[in-house]
Amino acid sequence: MLDVSNGGGESDAILSVRSVAKSFGGVQAVKEVSLDVERGSIFSIIGPNGAGKTSLVNMISGFYKADQGSITFDGTELIGKRPSQIAEQGIARTFQNIALFHGLTVLDNLMLGRHVRMKSGILSSILYWGAAQKEEVEHRKRAEEIIDFLRITDLRRMTTGELAYGLQKRVELGRALALDPTLLLLDEPMAGMNQEEKEDMVRYVLDVNAEFGTTIVLIEHDMGVVMDISDHIVVLDQGEKIADGTPDVVKADPAVIRAYLGASHLQD
Amino acid sequence: MFYRESGEYKTDYKRDMTLYALPISRFSVGLMVLLFFVAAPLLLGEYQLTLLSLVAIAVVGALGLNILVGYAGQLSIGHAAFMSVGAYTAANLVTKLDMPFLLTLPAGGLMAAAIGLVVGIPSLRIKGIYLAIATLAAQFIIEWIINHSPSISGGVQASIEIDRPTILGWKLDQAVELYMFLVTIAAIAIVCTQNLIRSRIGRAFIAIRDQDIAAEIIGISVFKYKLYAFGISSFYAGVTGVLYTYYLGIASYEQFTLVVSIDYLAMIIIGGLGSILGSVLGAFFITLLPIGIRLFMENVGSLFLEPEALASIISQMRLIVFGSLIIIFLIMEPEGLNRLWINIRNYFRVWPFSY
Repeated sequence: MLDVSNGGGESDAILSVRSVAKSFGGVQAVKEVSLDVERGSIFSIIGPNGAGKTSLVNMISGFYKADQGSITFDGTELIGKRPSQIAEQGIARTFQNIALFHGLTVLDNLMLGRHVRMKSGILSSILYWGAAQKEEVEHRKRAEEIIDFLRITDLRRMTTGELAYGLQKRVELGRALALDPTLLLLDEPMAGMNQEEKEDMVRYVLDVNAEFGTTIVLIEHDMGVVMDISDHIVVLDQGEKIADGTPDVVKADPAVIRAYLGASHLQD
Repeated sequence: MFYRESGEYKTDYKRDMTLYALPISRFSVGLMVLLFFVAAPLLLGEYQLTLLSLVAIAVVGALGLNILVGYAGQLSIGHAAFMSVGAYTAANLVTKLDMPFLLTLPAGGLMAAAIGLVVGIPSLRIKGIYLAIATLAAQFIIEWIINHSPSISGGVQASIEIDRPTILGWKLDQAVELYMFLVTIAAIAIVCTQNLIRSRIGRAFIAIRDQDIAAEIIGISVFKYKLYAFGISSFYAGVTGVLYTYYLGIASYEQFTLVVSIDYLAMIIIGGLGSILGSVLGAFFITLLPIGIRLFMENVGSLFLEPEALASIISQMRLIVFGSLIIIFLIMEPEGLNRLWINIRNYFRVWPFSY
């Protein structure tokens, strides 16, 4: 297992965010946030609603362009790159509200997740002969491995629109995994799930981290889950970073308690 | 009973991913080949073969439009303009450079694809109905340019006459020869489209249609693939235009007006958006509809109407039936003839049980 020590993770940071800011009109969604995600860790971003968590993840995945600062992934600057180029670097993500391709089967959704790993162009696709066919079959193998991993073998031929909410979330995780990412951004993967589905999802997140060695950045509101599985936590409030450390450190931080529960709880 | 997939086990992915994986689908493909390549030319007369030739040409165009509208989700109502680009490219190459048919066919397609790429550029910024208006503008601009440049359109009538196509010395001057050739092209177009849709590129098209933001995030360059869709679709349209020109023996802009664009949209709407079978069924339906109406009116209508009244009604009937059919389909079966077929198939799949 990975030995994750707190503090000074800069030596092996896979993702470094340096004084990144983003404003929408007059609203400063993210203010000068810096953080380092250690390679192979489970890194959680928490905070009350509107704290800027999703905005931060959107900047990492290139969906928003940061106003200032820098985001480096494995030494490569990400700001200014298009989302598709960032995906090619090996960064995959899931969405807060499911964004599957509902017209396609589970299998095709996963194959789409492998898009950047495949090469065939228009002509070879049209002919579907030789290299293109070989490539499709090869990548199908990997997609099937992920289907096995997530235990959705019986759903592979179903279109994703037909699936229950919890399963859709799982397929979306599968689509992200199909990219063989080195960094996986999960935006509230357990939102709206019941206890059992949540436990399953936590298991998958832990397994992905342990088996594939994927670094995971997690946004989640369920504090129980976050405190249990995170190696490192950053707390945002109104766009600012108010705490940064291991679960125990963050839990005891007065600024965090103030943000979540209000100042009066500190006096008790 | 007819469509059984149980008992068919695949032991590797390659065999699972073939185009016609079930015995029943291989059987139906064989049947279709027999029907259209052997039975039709032997049994049908010249007139019927001419009609089927028209259908074959429409199939190519409908497939192309369905790639763009049905699969990639980019609305275009300027498709006839791309056909005219193909048509005039081929006609000019034949008359000025005396190029053989086997060269003018792809040349017309490529030229249309190039123009299609340019027209597709706005699709990066605008979507849906706004893109439709942009393509409508393209329809009028291209029509105007062709009409007003004698070097393209060949003079006052804006039409260029050409000879019947010749393939490696074999002149296709009989209806049956032309039919065989056109139906082969249509078959090739169908298989190519099937391959395109089930592979990497086609999946990316569908991804853009369903969720363009998620598509970009998982690494599909949305702009690039929208342009691909426009390019491929226009290539099909260009080929359609070339075939149509050779079929008529004349390239004329009147064959590629806005009404034709709407006809092709009607084909894929009635046939089924995002469906290959739907494109084919739609092409059959819309091409043969006017003939069906005329036959019906001549046989049934003549019982009630005078011959002169009948003649004027027939020409109006087409528009009335056409309009009402589109409305009926949009309300009753938005997924078109293809969905009707799937419903029938699913019924027989478990017959005699209900599920």
